[in-house]
Amino acid sequence: MQNKSIAEMAADLRLRSYSSVELTRHYLERIARLDPGLNSFISVAAEPALAAAEHADRAIAAGTAGPLAGIPIAHKDIFCTSGLKTSCGSRMLDRFIAPYDATVVERLAAAGAVVLGKTNMDEFAMGSSNETSYYGPVRNPWDPTRVPGGSSGGSAAAVAARLCAAATGTDTGGSIRQPAALCGVTGIKPTYGRCSRWGMIAFASSLDQAGVLARSAADAACVLDEMAGFDPRDSTSADVAVPDYVDSLDEEIAGLRIGLPKEYFGAGLDGRVAASVHEATKELERLGADVRDISLPNSPLSVPVYYVVAPAECSSNLARFDGVRYGHRCEDPRDLEDLYKRSRAEGFGAEVQRRIMIGTYVLSAGYYDAYYLKAQKIRHLIADDFQRAFEEVDVIMGPTAPTTAFPLGAKMDDPVAMYLNDIYTIATNLAGLPGMSIPVAPVDGLPVGLQLIGNYFQEARLLSVAHRFQRATHWHLAAPEGFQ
Amino acid sequence: MSLDASDIEKIAHLARLAVAPESIERYAADLSNILELVTRMDAVDTHAVEPMAHPLHMSQRLRPDRVTEPDRRTLLQANAPLTERGLYLVPKVID
Repeated sequence: MQNKSIAEMAADLRLRSYSSVELTRHYLERIARLDPGLNSFISVAAEPALAAAEHADRAIAAGTAGPLAGIPIAHKDIFCTSGLKTSCGSRMLDRFIAPYDATVVERLAAAGAVVLGKTNMDEFAMGSSNETSYYGPVRNPWDPTRVPGGSSGGSAAAVAARLCAAATGTDTGGSIRQPAALCGVTGIKPTYGRCSRWGMIAFASSLDQAGVLARSAADAACVLDEMAGFDPRDSTSADVAVPDYVDSLDEEIAGLRIGLPKEYFGAGLDGRVAASVHEATKELERLGADVRDISLPNSPLSVPVYYVVAPAECSSNLARFDGVRYGHRCEDPRDLEDLYKRSRAEGFGAEVQRRIMIGTYVLSAGYYDAYYLKAQKIRHLIADDFQRAFEEVDVIMGPTAPTTAFPLGAKMDDPVAMYLNDIYTIATNLAGLPGMSIPVAPVDGLPVGLQLIGNYFQEARLLSVAHRFQRATHWHLAAPEGFQ
Repeated sequence: MSLDASDIEKIAHLARLAVAPESIERYAADLSNILELVTRMDAVDTHAVEPMAHPLHMSQRLRPDRVTEPDRRTLLQANAPLTERGLYLVPKVID
């Protein structure tokens, strides 16, 4: 059952080949049996999931079912879910029960999806390996001694291990695409503003975007169809019409112009990853695409720019955690300042504190122009590079990450080495563009991701190109041993 | 750009973080390394470049100035560590 596509599961449910309750029990059994070795879930919501499945079965019988009725999914633990803990991977929110559902959660529930639980993540989405979680690291199902990537590492590992049909994620600098690449699944980060940020715990508000991790582009399209769209409750939500992503999947690839930025194939990229990416673009050429070299000259600056902009916004956003209104509070505070300082020092892990301090520093009096203003200017140059490239090509492609999954602990002592994992994904967030990662030929049994970048609101095109590629190849069907 | 222990103490105070004395050196080294990475920005001449305020150049949407939120104090305060009669409790601020 767990290897079927979402469309196949939906058809089976409608034909009563099995019920949503049976499907949900099947996934819950897999989670109970297989997740102890992965740690991809922070919370499993068995009873609410079965109740939702029963509801879906009744809706299907009554003919009132939504498009995702009875399909078991999981949410990254950054999305607020009323009545179910939302920890954001942090001790700070270890006992936080959100008083409302995020818009994304609400929309997927309205479409009939069954929520199995909340997935593990780097604390406050700050990390590229899922090792900064208060709930412990997630293990990569392809090799449990290696990281799944991050920050949506729990969602990526759970989808790869077939512990849910699809999962939500968020991407601020690569947090959907990089774990999708390292776990061999399909991930899409839509255009900034495409999916509502309401109820999604904020990290860097000008970069954060919700998206999907699934086993194929077709599955991702099914879920994104229900998530995307304008939300008046999010002041940066884009009021732009949403096409039907599933309907657009079969668009022709012939004549598609693909650009390979030379900056994405330079030093630092594992040669075997490069070979795998080139092999994939050759396949797209065989399908009729026209592949050419392009340049994004300012993209090498995206990591430095990001490590000003994201920490600055994070230091502001995380100022709300004060030990007073919600979240962790220290014992016996001497005074108000001691309450703030100790609650925050105890509630946040080391990486979150590092980023808050960097952000505080770059925004402090006398440093603003040299850091934040400078970064916002270079951000403009990076975004302009993409617009120039899109005059010549339709889709930009390259590796998602410079290497395959690395061993647990390998980069935890060197924040800068960890940050360089996102060297190919960050520019997309700075520009606000949509990006995807899809599995291509593995290296030494470990997944490799091909990144696809489109112009604003071109999610349908990315999904259709990915779908065409997946119809011609089998990489996305591979399952890690022990999880087939 | 290199930060020393006194810089870290100052930043930690501004950020309201009680950094343990034994962690200060580590943070100084880590933050200095991150700022070292950030200084790569200096290689670009940006004096004629406009800062980017929004990825899609959208302006802030406004809504009518009307109360739309219902009173949900009890529900919201259920997450508070310490409340009394609908108020959030903090240590004494004024003697």
